[in-house]
Amino acid sequence: MERIPILRMGDLLLVTIQVDMHDRLAMTLQDDLTERIVRDNAKGVLIDISALDLVDSFIGRMISNTAAMARVLDAQTVVVGMQPAVAITLVELGLTLHGVKTALNVEKGMALLGKNHF
Amino acid sequence: MSAALNNAVAFDTALLELHARLRTARTTLPLRSDEDVVGLRRHVRERAVALALSLVDQTKLVTAASELARNTIKYGGGGEVHLDALEDGFKRGIGLIFVDNGPGIADLDMALRDGYTTGGGLGLGLGGSKRLVDEFDIDSRPGEGTAVSVVKWKR
Repeated sequence: MERIPILRMGDLLLVTIQVDMHDRLAMTLQDDLTERIVRDNAKGVLIDISALDLVDSFIGRMISNTAAMARVLDAQTVVVGMQPAVAITLVELGLTLHGVKTALNVEKGMALLGKNHF
Repeated sequence: MSAALNNAVAFDTALLELHARLRTARTTLPLRSDEDVVGLRRHVRERAVALALSLVDQTKLVTAASELARNTIKYGGGGEVHLDALEDGFKRGIGLIFVDNGPGIADLDMALRDGYTTGGGLGLGLGGSKRLVDEFDIDSRPGEGTAVSVVKWKR
């Protein structure tokens, strides 16, 4: 089955979404991430969506849910690299990604997770 | 497939008439699976780029298409989408018509309201897509099916 790779760096999990996500793939990523947080004892999750040219309500909900699940499992989530056109569309659609931390790029996202010294 | 759907229900909205009057080309794609939604997004993106829509307008149209296609599959039990190239004098645009033979929508006003859902989603699909396009029309017959048509004009 098609999967989005999850990389571990210290106590962080890194995901770069580079494919056009269909709904099942989004759900699989959500499940995989939650499982890996526990298995790897991760404290932070960084999701890079700079290659995504669309975030619709399904992908948006997956991101919100992942962040909420991570929080319950004592890990922080930061979403980085959202394209401006995607941000405009997302808000107009009515999604605000409530409770999700965001940063402009990976570096700032790392800083937000308290990882300044890589 | 196309003829069968169109013959089954004679949907009728002002925007569908507009489509019929202004369209110069039509492509029809099936909407059955997740992969079809991804395929439609790509197709709509290509059309929007060819029409030189701004990046924001491209993204809005593709996102609306994604929402409505998912509705067609999830609530309508699958169907199809017509992509129309529209021309009105000097105005050019892209029209999309989503058609299904599903159970229909019992209360359209409620369905268009943000946060209302019968399927466990966020309830942003219909109302949200309406905000992302220039024109939006919906015709639903309980027990027969639903047609949603949208248009994005080049600014």
